[in-house]
Amino acid sequence: MKYVDEYRDRDLARTVAAAIAAEADPDRSYHFMEFCGGHTHAIFRYGVQDLMPENVHFVHGPGCPVCVLPVARLDDAVELAERYGVILCTYGDMMRVPGTKQRSLIRAKADGADVRMVYSTADALRIARENPDRQVVFFAIGFETTTPPTAVALKTAEAEKLGNFSVFCNHVLTPSAISHILESPEVRDLGIVKIDGFLGPSHVSSVIGSQPYEFFAEEFQKPVVIAGFEPLDVMQSVLMLIRQVNDGRCEVENEYTRVVTEEGNVKAQTLVSEVFELRKSFDWRGLGTVPYSALRIRDRFAKFDAEKQFELSVKASREVKSCECPSILRGVKKPTDCKLFGTVCTPQSPVGSCMVSSEGACAAYWTYGRFRDQQPSKLEAAE
Amino acid sequence: MCLAIPARVVELLDNDVAVVAFDTVRKRISLALVEDVAIGDFVLVHVGYALHKVSVEEAERTLGMMAEAGVLREELEEISA
Repeated sequence: MKYVDEYRDRDLARTVAAAIAAEADPDRSYHFMEFCGGHTHAIFRYGVQDLMPENVHFVHGPGCPVCVLPVARLDDAVELAERYGVILCTYGDMMRVPGTKQRSLIRAKADGADVRMVYSTADALRIARENPDRQVVFFAIGFETTTPPTAVALKTAEAEKLGNFSVFCNHVLTPSAISHILESPEVRDLGIVKIDGFLGPSHVSSVIGSQPYEFFAEEFQKPVVIAGFEPLDVMQSVLMLIRQVNDGRCEVENEYTRVVTEEGNVKAQTLVSEVFELRKSFDWRGLGTVPYSALRIRDRFAKFDAEKQFELSVKASREVKSCECPSILRGVKKPTDCKLFGTVCTPQSPVGSCMVSSEGACAAYWTYGRFRDQQPSKLEAAE
Repeated sequence: MCLAIPARVVELLDNDVAVVAFDTVRKRISLALVEDVAIGDFVLVHVGYALHKVSVEEAERTLGMMAEAGVLREELEEISA
C-alpha cells in the first residue's frame, strides 16, 4: 500500500495543521458541517479534531440515509412484508433500525416475514425471477450514489416485463437537504446551528458532480469544499474553507479532483432522470418535511412502484421521545448530549437510527470519540 | 452500505456485467453506469455497481485507508455474503 503513506504522512499532516493554525483568525470561530458519514468516520478515526485550533469545530450533519429515513417509511416496509406477504429485499443497514414500538425488519423476519438482505438491486431482481409466484419489493434507500442502481433495476424490470417486482422508493437528494438545514423554520424549535461552510460529500459528488452546489453556495452564501475521505483530504479541505471564510468568498471548491469532476457521471444522471422525478415534499427524520428533497418513480414505471401497487396505511408513527437523533442530525446537539447515549442506546441495542448505522454520528462517537468529549479534564491531566 | 470500494476488473461478461476482484473475493458487478471499461481497470464499486473508473493510485489509497480503519473486512463480508 505504498500510495497510502503520502496521505497519512505525519509531517504533511503537521504542515497542514500548522497552516490551519496560522490562518485561522483567533478572533472568530469556524463551524464546518460535514455531510457524509465517511467524513465523520475519518475525523474520529484519525483524531482530526485534535489537530485543529480550538476555534475550528466540526458539526456532524445528516449524511446517513439510514439515519434520515423517518419511522413511518420503515413502518410501511414492515407492513409490506407482514400484511402483504411480499419478499422484502433491503440493504443490510436497514435491518436493525427500530420502527414504531421498536419493531424492526429483523424482528419481522424473526416472526416469519420474508425479509431478505441484499447487496445489490441485481440480487433483488434475481430473487424476483426465481420466485415468479411471489411479489418481490425492493426497499430502496440512499442518496445520489444508490439511486442510479435502483434506476437500472427499474429499467431492467421493464425490459424483462417482470410482473412481480416493484420498488418502494425512498431516495433523497443531498443539495436540498443542505439548503433546508440553512433555511428551515424548525431551527427556531431545535436551536440555531452555526455553520460557516460545508465539507461536500465525495462519492455523491462523483455522481452528481460539483456543479449542483454552486447555486447553493451563491444563494445561501456558504462556502463548500468537496472533500476526499483521507484524513489529509479533510484537513486540506478545512484549510480551503478557512481561506474562503477569511476572504469572504462563498464558492464551490473541489479538493477531491482525483475522483470528482464538475459534471459528474452523466450516464448515471441520465438514467436517474429517465426513471425518477422530484417529489414535492418528503419527510426526513430530524429535518421534518423538506420540499423537493426526494425522488419518486415516474408514471411510466407505475407497474413497478410499490407505493402504487400496494395500499399502505398512513399510520401515526412515533419516535422515542428522549432520543435526540433529530437534533443530532441537524448538528444542534452532540451524541453525548443525549441522555440515552451509551446507557440504553448502544450499537448492540440501538434506540435511534444514528446509533444503528455505522455511518451515524452516535455510532462514530461510540466507536472513536465518546471519551474525548465526556472526560476532557482527565485526558488533559494525563498529558 | 454507504462505502464504495475500488476493485480490479478481471473479466467482462455479457449484459454490462463484469467480474471484479476485491482482495481475495471475486464478485459479479454491473457496468451499466460506466463506459469504456477494460480488463485491468479499477472501478469504484457501490452496492454492486461500478460508479466510475479510478486510477490504480486512488484505488490503493482508498483500500489502504479502509483496511486501516477496519471497515474493509466488514464491507468484504457484506459483498461475499
